[in-house]
Amino acid sequence: MNKKVFQLLVENSSGVLSRISGLFSRRGYNIESITAGVTADPRYTRITIVASGDDEILDQIEKQVEKLVDVRNIKVLDPADSVYRELCLIKVEVSEDKREPLLALSNIFRANIVDVGPESLIIELLGNPSKIEAFLELLRGYTIAELARTGVTGLSRGLNDVVWLD
Amino acid sequence: MNGADALVKCLEEEGVKYVFGYPGVAICPFYDAILNTDIKTILIRTEQNAAHSASGMARLTGRPGVCAVTSGPGATNLITGIATAFADSIPLVCITGQVNSELIGSDVFQEADITGAVESFVKYSYLVKDAADIPRIVKEAFYIANSGRKGPVLIDFPIDVQQQKIRNFSYPEEVKLRTYKPTVKGNTLQIKKIVKELEKAKRPLICAGGGVRLADAKEELRSLVEELQIPVVSTMMGIGVMATEHPLYFGMVGNNGFPWANRAMKEADLIMMVGARVADRAVNQPERVMKDTVLIHIDVDPAEIGKNAGATIPIVGDARHILKELSEYEIDGEYGDWLRSLESYKQEMPVVRKPDPKYVDPAEFIRRLSLKLQDNAIYVADVGQNQIWSCKYHVVRNGRFLTTGGMGTMGYSIPAAVGAKLARPDRQVVAVCGDGSFQMSMMELATMRQYDIPVKIIVLKNNYLGMVRQYQHFTYDDRYSVVDLSGSPELEHIAAAYDMKFMRIRDMKDLDKHLDELLAKDEAYLCECIVDPMDLV
Repeated sequence: MNKKVFQLLVENSSGVLSRISGLFSRRGYNIESITAGVTADPRYTRITIVASGDDEILDQIEKQVEKLVDVRNIKVLDPADSVYRELCLIKVEVSEDKREPLLALSNIFRANIVDVGPESLIIELLGNPSKIEAFLELLRGYTIAELARTGVTGLSRGLNDVVWLD
Repeated sequence: MNGADALVKCLEEEGVKYVFGYPGVAICPFYDAILNTDIKTILIRTEQNAAHSASGMARLTGRPGVCAVTSGPGATNLITGIATAFADSIPLVCITGQVNSELIGSDVFQEADITGAVESFVKYSYLVKDAADIPRIVKEAFYIANSGRKGPVLIDFPIDVQQQKIRNFSYPEEVKLRTYKPTVKGNTLQIKKIVKELEKAKRPLICAGGGVRLADAKEELRSLVEELQIPVVSTMMGIGVMATEHPLYFGMVGNNGFPWANRAMKEADLIMMVGARVADRAVNQPERVMKDTVLIHIDVDPAEIGKNAGATIPIVGDARHILKELSEYEIDGEYGDWLRSLESYKQEMPVVRKPDPKYVDPAEFIRRLSLKLQDNAIYVADVGQNQIWSCKYHVVRNGRFLTTGGMGTMGYSIPAAVGAKLARPDRQVVAVCGDGSFQMSMMELATMRQYDIPVKIIVLKNNYLGMVRQYQHFTYDDRYSVVDLSGSPELEHIAAAYDMKFMRIRDMKDLDKHLDELLAKDEAYLCECIVDPMDLV
C-alpha cells in the first residue's frame, strides 16, 4: 500500500464534492483525508485528497478523477517538492496540577493552547502529518477527550506546475 | 417563452428528430411545448425502453438519442436504460421532469433524487435551477454526451422551471467548458513508436472494439489493415466493424468467442487494441495473454488504458484520427506467414455443433437469415444464448450489428430496433431475442403498431432462460433453479393481439421458404423459432 496526496482544481458548484466522494466509494478507493476550500478565483475549489492503494489503484484514481467533467486539473503533490499542512485540535482531560508537563511539550512542538478549563485543555497544533503523529504519540499517557483533524492540505513548491486560471 | 419552450427549441437546434418517452405531470410543460415543433414523439410502453430506443437511434445517426420521462418512478424506471448506454458508451440526452423546485427534498408525490441516483452511470447530470440556463445546459449536454468517451447525460428539469418565463433566447454557437477537454489527436511520438513496433513485429493483431464504430473509424481501420495485411479480431461491441467474411477478419475473441481468434490473441507478438477495454469477457487473464506481447492500446478514455492490462504503448485519442495518422507512414512489415497460420488454425479448430434435427438450429438459422438480409441490414441481438449465437453466426456485410455487450441488459433488442428503424426507415431491421428477453420488452409491440414501425422480431424459443440454464448445467450439475419459462404466452396470440404477422418455424425444413416470406415485405413480423431447450452456445 502506498499513499499519495492528490490536489484537484474543480468547479465551485453544488454537487462536486459528492461526485468526487461518490467516485471513490463506488470504485472502492480508500480516502484517508479530504479537504476542500474555495481558491482565489471563486469559480474554483481546491481539494486535497490523501488516498492509499497499490500503484495501479493510485494511477486509476488519478485518471478516473480527471475524467469527471467538473475537474479542471488533478496533480500528485510530490512529497519532496511540496508543502503539506494539517491542523489538529486536541482536547485533553487534565487537572490543574498536571498541566505543566503538557504545556512544556506543547511548547516544544509550537502548539498553542486555545482553551483552558478546570479539567481540560484544547491544544492547537499545525504541521505536517508526521509532526502531528509524533505529538499524539507523546500524549499517550494523557486522556484525549476529543480529537479533530482537518486532513492534509498542501501546495507544490515554485511556479512550475501552476494552473493559471483565465 | 418558458423554460420548456426553450428546451424544445434547443432540441430543434441540435437537429433532434425524435423524442422517446412517457409523460407524467412533471414533464407536461415539455410535452406541451414539443407540439409546437416538428419533433416527433414516440410513446414507448415503459421508460427503460425509451433509453434503449434512443440508444438504437443514436447508434445509427451518430448523434445523441433523446428521451424524456416524468419525475419519480418515470425517472427511476429509466435508470437501467441509462446504465446500459453508459456501459456501452452510447450518447444519450435524458430529460426527466422533477417536482417543483421549492419542494425538492421534501419527499412529495413522485419525487426522486434522480441526479443523485444516476451519478455513477452518467457522464454528467444537471438539475436546472433557472430557465435562463437552458440553452447553455443543452448545448453542453449534447457536447459532453457525444465527445470523448461517449455516454448518457441527464437533465433534471423541475416543473416550475419548465414554466418559468424567459425573455431572451439565443442558442450558443459553441460550448465553453473550462474543465472538460477530451483528447482527440493522438500523440505523434507515440504513433511513431507504433510504426517501429509494427515493423519489428512478426505476428501483429488488431483487436477492434466498439470504440472504432463510435469514432466512425471503420473505413480508416479497414484501409490500414488492407494496406498492411494485418489480421483483425473484435470484441462483442466491435462486431461489424469489419465485414464477417473479410479475409483479414477472424471473428470475436473472449470466453464466448472463436477458439482460433483467442489463439491468435495468445500467439500474437503485437496486439493493437483499438477502442476496446480489455475487459473480462473479451480478455480472460490479460496479464497472461499480454506477458510477452507488445500491447498498443488506443482509446479515447485515458482511464481505460492500463486499467485491465499494462500497455507497452498507450495512446489516448480519437481512433479515427490516430488510424488516419498511422496510415500516413510507410510501414515495412511482412506478415504473410502469420496470416497463413491463422487461416490454418481456423481450419484445424472447427466449431462442431450437433444440432438435433427436431428443432431449429439457431446457429445455422442465424447464418442463413443474415445471408438473406439486405446488404446494409441492421441486426439487433438481445442478451442470453441468442446473443452469443448472433455474435458468432450472424454475417455482417455493410450492415450493422447492435447489442449491449457492456451491460448485457435483457430486453434491449426490440426497443433498440425500434429506434434504429426510425433512424433508418429504408433499411431492414431485425431484432433477435430469446423467449426470456422477448417478454422483457414485448410491450413495445404496441409502440411498433401505433407508429407503424416495421421491425422483424425473431424469438428463439426454448422455454428456458437458456444462458442461466446452461450455467446451472455446468456449474450446478443440472440443478435448475428459476430458469423455467413454461408460463410464457402463445406468441401466435400475442402477434394477433398486436395485429402483427406471425410465423412459427419448427425445424430446418423449408427454412429458405420461411425466410423469404419473413423478409418479403417491409412489414412487422413476429417469427417464433422452436430451438432445442438443451442446446449450448
